[in-house]
Amino acid sequence: MRRNHQIPLGAIVKGLALTAGHFFRNMRIHVAHLFGRRLQEKGMVTFQYPEERRPFSPRLRTRHRLTMRADGSPRCVACMMCETICPANCIYITAGEHPDPHIEKQPLKFDIDLGVCVFCGFCVEVCPEDAIRMDTGILEFAAYSRQEMILTMDKLLMKEGAQEPDRALMKENA
Amino acid sequence: MPKITIDDKEISVEGGTNIIAAAQRLGIEVPHYCYHPGLSVAGACRMCLVEIEKMPKLQTGCSTLATEGMVIKTIAHSAKAKAAVQGVLELTLINHPLDCPVCDQAGECGLQDYYMKYGLYNSRMRDAKVKKEKKASALGPHVMLDQERCILCSRCVRFTHEITKTNEIGIFNRGDHSYIDVVNGRSLENNYSGNVVDICPVGALTDRDFRFQCRVWYLQESDSICPGCSTGCNIKIHFNVRRRHIAGGRRVQRLKPRFNEAVNQWWMCDEGRYAYPSIDENRITTPSARLAAAHQRMDWRDAIDQMALALREALAAYGPESVGVIASPQLTNEDLYLIKKLFVDVLGIAAVDYRMPPNRSAKNDDFLLRADRNPNTLGAHLIGLSPFGKEISTPRILEAAAGGRLQVLYVFSTDLVAVYGEAPIANMAAHVPLMIYQGTNHNRTSTLAHLVLPAAIYAEKNGTFTNYAGRVQHLKPAFAPLAEAMPDWKILCKLAQALGHDFRYADEEAIFEELANSQPAFAGITYAGIGSHGWPIEKERVLSFVTA
Repeated sequence: MRRNHQIPLGAIVKGLALTAGHFFRNMRIHVAHLFGRRLQEKGMVTFQYPEERRPFSPRLRTRHRLTMRADGSPRCVACMMCETICPANCIYITAGEHPDPHIEKQPLKFDIDLGVCVFCGFCVEVCPEDAIRMDTGILEFAAYSRQEMILTMDKLLMKEGAQEPDRALMKENA
Repeated sequence: MPKITIDDKEISVEGGTNIIAAAQRLGIEVPHYCYHPGLSVAGACRMCLVEIEKMPKLQTGCSTLATEGMVIKTIAHSAKAKAAVQGVLELTLINHPLDCPVCDQAGECGLQDYYMKYGLYNSRMRDAKVKKEKKASALGPHVMLDQERCILCSRCVRFTHEITKTNEIGIFNRGDHSYIDVVNGRSLENNYSGNVVDICPVGALTDRDFRFQCRVWYLQESDSICPGCSTGCNIKIHFNVRRRHIAGGRRVQRLKPRFNEAVNQWWMCDEGRYAYPSIDENRITTPSARLAAAHQRMDWRDAIDQMALALREALAAYGPESVGVIASPQLTNEDLYLIKKLFVDVLGIAAVDYRMPPNRSAKNDDFLLRADRNPNTLGAHLIGLSPFGKEISTPRILEAAAGGRLQVLYVFSTDLVAVYGEAPIANMAAHVPLMIYQGTNHNRTSTLAHLVLPAAIYAEKNGTFTNYAGRVQHLKPAFAPLAEAMPDWKILCKLAQALGHDFRYADEEAIFEELANSQPAFAGITYAGIGSHGWPIEKERVLSFVTA
């Protein structure tokens, strides 16, 4: 039987050399760092999370928030575009009458189940009122129960001293 | 029969047919807002412009009648008509607010639909939109008005003028100052006010009851028959079972009339339209037995066994005179047929009736609503559940029960307390060893019953009603019965089987087949024949049975 391919010996050697090169270079730099030397040289990137955080891209989709009118009420008019477009069906809105007839409609309840959300960002794209955004920079919302994964309107309006997005960090990275 | 050509297709129509209706028969759409087949022609919206050969100007399809040899080009074939219609639409939308996100009409709006189909232009309007005075104000108990969204098609004005003849709505002022409102501060209060919401092509008139409850694109629909009176208006049930967080989990969101030339045309009354909450509220969800004062939930199997045992003992020890059955004209023909088959034909019980003394407060109105608020009185009669002809035997059955002469009283979907008062029925219940209530909703009669069985309500049922004129109409189930409820015919089959009788039917259609074969009034009728518009039993037959 004829062998129809050969062992790519050259490429293997080349690859091993590259890996070994990085390995020894980084070992040398990190060992030097241990002794306080060569601090201007950067070694392979390892973020010491959570003390050290990786900068986000400004277009990264993070936890949702609802934007507010000047009086602190939600801009949302409960048109349910986001609920309709949501491919994960994780948005649950209940609509009600707004006291101002020129606004007419407002959400009485606006829940997002983060345990189900796929972070596609369609809700932001489809919103006709710029009422929902995914720019909070919050990625840590793990919880101990499914119920706690559901964000209510208060949390979405960031009224509870939620973490503000680190705009400076986002800009620096842009 | 003038022969006309529309978009190169020929058709012969009756004299007096307008171009919109003729085109519709060919499957060609002529866009329109103000024209409605049930109302007079206004020619107000100018959306139905078509090009007609040998006529110098474009003509409106609503007010131009087909005449021999007419050659018509609609906007699909005529660039001239298309440009004109696009211009009309642009003008119509000049002052229309961008309310779609908060507007309940969004998704079924004439403006949205035609803009996407025939518009798709960029706005050239530089000036500020003219704002009208009334935004979101109530026009009456059922209808909400938004003057800004109105395109002044005048359908609602013509409806209150021509159909209800109550004349509540009018158009005031001229030019772009025009607006619709109620006349002299009146309120839009008549039993047909909900129809103006259906005919409004935009979001100017919306339903207060449906307001902000559910976006229309979440709704599913199913054909049914209104059970509110013996007219049996054809309806569509609009329901939402996929998004249970909406409207508190209520399944039915609204009812809409369904066109049937022979019954309700395009309309339905408010009494029927807004009666839907009973489908989801206050329902009997599980079988239960009354122990002392409280009802204790029980298994279906136990409930059926208990009934079968009681019936068996009563029949063996006291004979068929010891059982009374009060059926209900709220039930379908299929249910009533099985009641007759089981209790009258098989068990030989004579005390079976469905009639209550007439309710004097309920009256016919001059349009759709009839004094008999039951959908299937004639059906019950034609099936043969009026054993003593014109004499109503219900009071005699109840008398026998109160006198201790009954062992079992089986009541179907009839609130006896509402008719006879609390005390007599409570007294009667105390004198019958077993009073069974099989129905859809809790009421004071079900509270007094010893055994309560949950039955499916009309929206959950497959079956037929026979309206006052003898039209057999088919209602289809919109969704499955709530909780443990079952259609009446299934409960009856289970009971019959527990009594040792072989009642087996694949579905409602099989029961109806048997009914059609055994009852001459229903001879020859099939579900397929009934279709979506009903099957009229010949008048002679209906009359001969009514007088018999």
